[in-house]
Amino acid sequence: MDLLTEIGLAHYLTLAGILFTIGVFGMFLNRKNVIVILMSVELMLLAVNINFVAFSAYLGDLVGQVFTMFILTVAAAEAAIGLAILVVFFRNKGTIAVEEIADMKG
Amino acid sequence: MIISALAFYFFAGILVLSSVLVITAKNPVHSVLFLILAFFNSAGLFILLGAEFVGMIMVIVYVGAVAVLFLFVVMMLDISFADLRKGAMQYVPIGLIIGAVLLFELIAVFGTWSMSDDKLANLAAPSPGESVSNTQALGKIIYTDYVLAFQGAGLILFVAMVGAIVLTHRRRPGVRRQSVAEQHARKPEDVLKVQKVTPGTGV
Repeated sequence: MDLLTEIGLAHYLTLAGILFTIGVFGMFLNRKNVIVILMSVELMLLAVNINFVAFSAYLGDLVGQVFTMFILTVAAAEAAIGLAILVVFFRNKGTIAVEEIADMKG
Repeated sequence: MIISALAFYFFAGILVLSSVLVITAKNPVHSVLFLILAFFNSAGLFILLGAEFVGMIMVIVYVGAVAVLFLFVVMMLDISFADLRKGAMQYVPIGLIIGAVLLFELIAVFGTWSMSDDKLANLAAPSPGESVSNTQALGKIIYTDYVLAFQGAGLILFVAMVGAIVLTHRRRPGVRRQSVAEQHARKPEDVLKVQKVTPGTGV
């Protein structure tokens, strides 16, 4: 009963683990749809952020929250560039299926 | 105590549920909307942990920028998403296996580790406690100890912005643009001709 009512670090870590696994599974489930794959990557980054903030809060160290902001920056940049590449690819090919992206194959 | 536990389970439950719906929704627009819901709930969790600034930044950056960007792209591309889902089921078994192994490993790690005894001696930036707000404390270390990394983050965003514009910008042939150099190079004698018109004959 104590484990259920007393929210500790382990609760947050388990939640982040579940979220990360959902992100990985989403990549397999939507093998062809790049947009949903990018969303799965965002979910995985969110899981990492939850880990960082949970450790920061329970350890009393602010650096975890600083690094969360850097992860946020990289995630925003990645989403912008990824979606830009997607738009250009769709303009040239008329599809976003991942399997079609094999032009550089020797 | 019980209230904060209930709040944690509320936010965590909706977070997990909406992220499952993100990856299983048939319509990508619904996926984006569930992603927004997931980000809102994680912001709630961050506030529960006492990290208000990161929680608010989460709402502003993710919901205000990233999710809207996704929504724009999903609506802009004219794709039959039903075709993209065909044959997706064949990857479910291997995905489930890898997901289960990963979850098992993560729980094994999280379940057995413990903090070292001198953890309090090794804090890089101890939180100042209740006397200073979270935002103020974060600002104090971001603009001093981590100022170079902070500038680097700004540079990353700048490069990403330039990259996205360069990638998606295209010159359309039919559009008339103002070219200042061309306007300055234009001389009256090139484009004007004085015509003597004799009366009654026309040009």
